[in-house]
Amino acid sequence: MYALIALGYTMVYGIVRLINFAHGDVFMVGAFLAFYSIENLHLPLPGVFALAAGGSAFLAVIIERAAYRPLRNAPKIAALITAIGVSLFLEYFTALHQVFGPNYYAFPRPFRVVSLEIGGITFTSIQGIILLATLASLGALQYVVHRTKVGRGMRAVSHDLVTAGLMGVNVNAVISFTFGLGAALAGVGGVLYGIAYPQINTFMGVMPGLKAFTAAVLGGIGSIPGAVLGALIMGLTETMTTAYLSSTYRDGIAFVLLIAVLLWKPTGILGVARTEKV
Amino acid sequence: MSTLKNIAKAVLPFAVLSGLVQFLSAGDILNPYWVQIFQLACVVAISALGLNLIYGFTGLFSLGHAAFYGVGAYTAALLTKLYVGAYGDEAFLATGAVFLGSLLAGGVAAAFLAFLVGLPTLRLTSDYLGIATLGFGVIMKVVFDNADSLVPSLGGARGMTGIPRLTGVPWAVAALVAAVLVIRNLVHSSYGRALIAIREDEIAAAAIGIDTFRYKVIGFTAGCAFAGVAGGLYAHLYTFLHPSTFDFLKSFDVLMIVVLGGLGNLTGTLVASFAWVFLLEGMRVALPPEYIEFRWVLIPLLLIVTMLVRPRGLFGIREFPLLRSRVYR
Repeated sequence: MYALIALGYTMVYGIVRLINFAHGDVFMVGAFLAFYSIENLHLPLPGVFALAAGGSAFLAVIIERAAYRPLRNAPKIAALITAIGVSLFLEYFTALHQVFGPNYYAFPRPFRVVSLEIGGITFTSIQGIILLATLASLGALQYVVHRTKVGRGMRAVSHDLVTAGLMGVNVNAVISFTFGLGAALAGVGGVLYGIAYPQINTFMGVMPGLKAFTAAVLGGIGSIPGAVLGALIMGLTETMTTAYLSSTYRDGIAFVLLIAVLLWKPTGILGVARTEKV
Repeated sequence: MSTLKNIAKAVLPFAVLSGLVQFLSAGDILNPYWVQIFQLACVVAISALGLNLIYGFTGLFSLGHAAFYGVGAYTAALLTKLYVGAYGDEAFLATGAVFLGSLLAGGVAAAFLAFLVGLPTLRLTSDYLGIATLGFGVIMKVVFDNADSLVPSLGGARGMTGIPRLTGVPWAVAALVAAVLVIRNLVHSSYGRALIAIREDEIAAAAIGIDTFRYKVIGFTAGCAFAGVAGGLYAHLYTFLHPSTFDFLKSFDVLMIVVLGGLGNLTGTLVASFAWVFLLEGMRVALPPEYIEFRWVLIPLLLIVTMLVRPRGLFGIREFPLLRSRVYR
């Protein structure tokens, strides 16, 4: 699940070199959309995923157009601060009583939980759904990035934005598409989070967002397989820490790991070092 | 003579300001709540000046400033608490000196930790440094949360209580004046030139013989020392410390202040700190109670709009005359 959020970070960073702090909150909006589509619209599960992904993508495209695009040529820090601003805005705006409200909501289980035992290891249908949805999203992403025209555009823009523009790539459209695609993945992640930990509120995006970003950096930011690898490592270490040490240290351990990896390989595990030209 | 005059010029506005706040509060014109907010603004300004030195002048992207602020706060608070515990209330006359000592100790502790953290992490560049310091901030939050298992009086996740209230308007203002003067002189010294050169182009700086790594460690350590002192003042202003005061989101607050004021701009940082604190508290008063949660909806909006309109900060590169360099006047 971290993988899905981490992918959004890594794609956006790969293309516009911006840490999109609002990404965790897009994830939260995805979870809420899923909540309402189950509670009020009684959609079937595929419909829930579609609505959450579509809604999140739409939101991200709007954010990109309104807040980030005007700052593309401004100092990088201005865009970063704006991202923090957008993040705070989304959290507190949706926490208003008129929007989602500041309370915790119990996320409904859209299906029955079934356990299955294979060789002494117990799987639940929740884990099954999460695994399936993650794999399906990753497969779709891999296809889009490597087999379609817009995917080629994304790779070109990520390599060199200005040159790609000169070569006739519609840079703005590609960037919008990237934001949308990343957000759609985050939306799916939001639904999965709601299913796995059935309690959501408007600040739920902060920690997963931060950790997903850490995962993206761990694996080498800008690299899609790196994000998945980093997310796997993050998830495993956190579970191990909770199991063998103490859950109070859980948040710390992940970052100790991150710093250790960065010192050993400053661009992340699968990152490519960029040589600086003078 | 000219040095004296310069010092007088620097201290005067602050002395007037501090006297004014004292006078107004004594005459019941300004209620204690606003006096406290004024002191908080001074504290925030000191911390923000420290970050401006790190990020604005040296160009080191640090997202862990609140952690150093917290280290200073806990160190200073622990020291005065131990002192009061050991000597009781009759020794209270001497607490002025003790307070000064514990503030400095807070600064030194933060600086020492910054030095230790900086040695490995400052080899990282831009965003990766940001993430490493952000990670450090999260780690320190975990440390503060679990601190009571090491020293019970630190309180851990329940918060630290029983800190004597020692910060007053004169202390806050004096510390701010000291911070402004030190940073101004540092920035316009040869050290400051080296730091700015590193910000502008690290490779070029190295090529003209600046030991970039050494200067980066110096800039980072010095900036964090200011955060430590500010933390000590904060601890003795609110007499209560809680780990959530020092989590990574608070680092963003300071970062926003510095960027809003303009990177490498002391005037901007000062103005933005005061504006930020008073805006937050002012909206608490100005908004009707049922709309109080709109505070955090309006602030990010204001932030986004400011960034869109003035991407280089409110003040750009303009400074108050006093804070300008003497060479390029």
